[in-house]
Amino acid sequence: MNLAWRDIRHNLFRFLLTCFGLGLLLGVVLSMVGIYNGLVVDALTIARAPAVDLWVVEPGSRGPFAEASRIPGDTRASIARLHGVRDAGSITYQTVEATHQDQKLRLYVVGYEPDRPGAPRSLLAGRGLGHARFELVADTRTGLALGERLALGRDTFLVVGLVENHVNTGGDPAVYISLRDAQKLQFDLAPAAARREIARGGTGQAGATVNAVIATLEPNANPDLLAAEARRWKHVAALTQAEQELILTRSVVDRARRQIGLFMAILLTVSAVVVALIIYTMTMEKLKQIATLKLIGASDRTIVGLIVQQALALGGIGWASGLGLVLLVKDYFPRRVVLEPENALMLAGIIGLVCLLASGLGVRAALRVDPATALGS
Amino acid sequence: MAEPLVVIDGVAKHYGEGAARVDALQDVSLSVAAGEVVALLGPSGSGKTTLLNIIGCILEPSAGKVTLDGETVWDGHWLRSDLRRLRLDKIGFVFQAHNLLPFLNATDNVALVLELAGRPPAEARARAHELLDYLEIGNRKTAMPAHLSGGEAQRVAIARALANGPRIVVADEPTAALDSQRAGIVMDLMRKLAREQDACIIAVTHDEKILDRFDHRFSLRDGRLIDEQGASR
Repeated sequence: MNLAWRDIRHNLFRFLLTCFGLGLLLGVVLSMVGIYNGLVVDALTIARAPAVDLWVVEPGSRGPFAEASRIPGDTRASIARLHGVRDAGSITYQTVEATHQDQKLRLYVVGYEPDRPGAPRSLLAGRGLGHARFELVADTRTGLALGERLALGRDTFLVVGLVENHVNTGGDPAVYISLRDAQKLQFDLAPAAARREIARGGTGQAGATVNAVIATLEPNANPDLLAAEARRWKHVAALTQAEQELILTRSVVDRARRQIGLFMAILLTVSAVVVALIIYTMTMEKLKQIATLKLIGASDRTIVGLIVQQALALGGIGWASGLGLVLLVKDYFPRRVVLEPENALMLAGIIGLVCLLASGLGVRAALRVDPATALGS
Repeated sequence: MAEPLVVIDGVAKHYGEGAARVDALQDVSLSVAAGEVVALLGPSGSGKTTLLNIIGCILEPSAGKVTLDGETVWDGHWLRSDLRRLRLDKIGFVFQAHNLLPFLNATDNVALVLELAGRPPAEARARAHELLDYLEIGNRKTAMPAHLSGGEAQRVAIARALANGPRIVVADEPTAALDSQRAGIVMDLMRKLAREQDACIIAVTHDEKILDRFDHRFSLRDGRLIDEQGASR
């Protein structure tokens, strides 16, 4: 007869309530793991979106995701001529605020040349940018729908396509527009300022700089060698895709990542202490029953089994309810919560280990109980 | 005369040392035969429970020799390493407050000791049902301890104590929580079962209403055992 199960069944509601409480705590741990993953994935999505091998940026900078980077617009042509480069395109990144349905909308605007690298790889709906002006492809988190119009700067853009989960490191959803429109949005002066600029002898038109030039390479080309070759030009710096991703994960989101990581470690420690406390309390409540069991001849194995099985059941049910809870609410988080199966399994392993260690306290108390205490009234 | 099942020879038990030393038992000798039902009387703190714990192999004596069912189990040290197995096989315990496991029903409380002794679950449950029927609480087989009356719970506890057919039953105030009528019924049942299983019963009691149910009465005073019939043991 399984004593652990019988005892659980006897106080089923209380046990399930305890499991649910633990589940809430483990749900928070899993959420933190998901937010942590989401932060990294979000950071990489924009950088991975154009599917390129080489990033050419302003010398002395670490690219447009880490800091300001501006290079001449004609750099693209020079890069495209390098041996091993299949295609190259200019790209710009800027954050703008727009108004949509009477709400302020922060957008991460990506400008690229429609026939060149820079377009998002997969669309959720609609089509990519064509040659027409003032079209945009928006992330679903903007709340924009196909066919809708959005005013950016002094122009109105038509939503022609939708992408999913394209946000910058700050969580702002991305919109893709043509390079020409992006440069106009970034550099065009207000009419009064433009008139003043023309009066001073300027053009009052959009500048010809871009934030980076991105390039796809031939299958047999070595990105490191090409990056080194571009760096020799002095007026640009170059990063491979791997270096760009490393900068994003190790530098740009590193502080937030470490903060969440530390918080997660604290939560796990708290969970371990809570599990230990619950199991210890559950055991202490049963000391007289354990003394009776010893007195009637139950082996240590039977008594240890009772405590350890209950501890594992507590951890298992707590973990499952925590996981269920996170899966239920994860889409309501303002930022992405990415929970991989291996994360959930890893936490299950940790919780299992914590339960085993925590039940050690209870087991120690149980094994020290004098069977004679059962004889007292 | 029937063979002695419990032989306590010159047993002493003291707690603490020096000025703080308390002699709970001093040179106690006792022999209880199969089928015999013995009462241990005495005021609080006289050493009754200490003697019961020594007979139940849950307390080490300080001196003397303890022989249970023909096997010397203590002679300056425990001679058996598996005292729990010894208790499981040879000793049944009945407590003042029945001490049934609250998460098991009446049948499972009884069947548990049988399963611990290695009996298959189905066989253990059948034997438990048999015992509960015998003790006239067959209609309460599936009741949880919280739903049993004091008398019913104590009968389940007796069934549990006797389930493995122990030769020795130690009982610590088994009728303390019962009214006189139920106390008499419980004692009669214990006597009947003990006789049928050829076991002996040693019970600590303060209950004068059931004293006539015992074959022999001993008193403990200041750690010494006195035969109520007159002789100091």
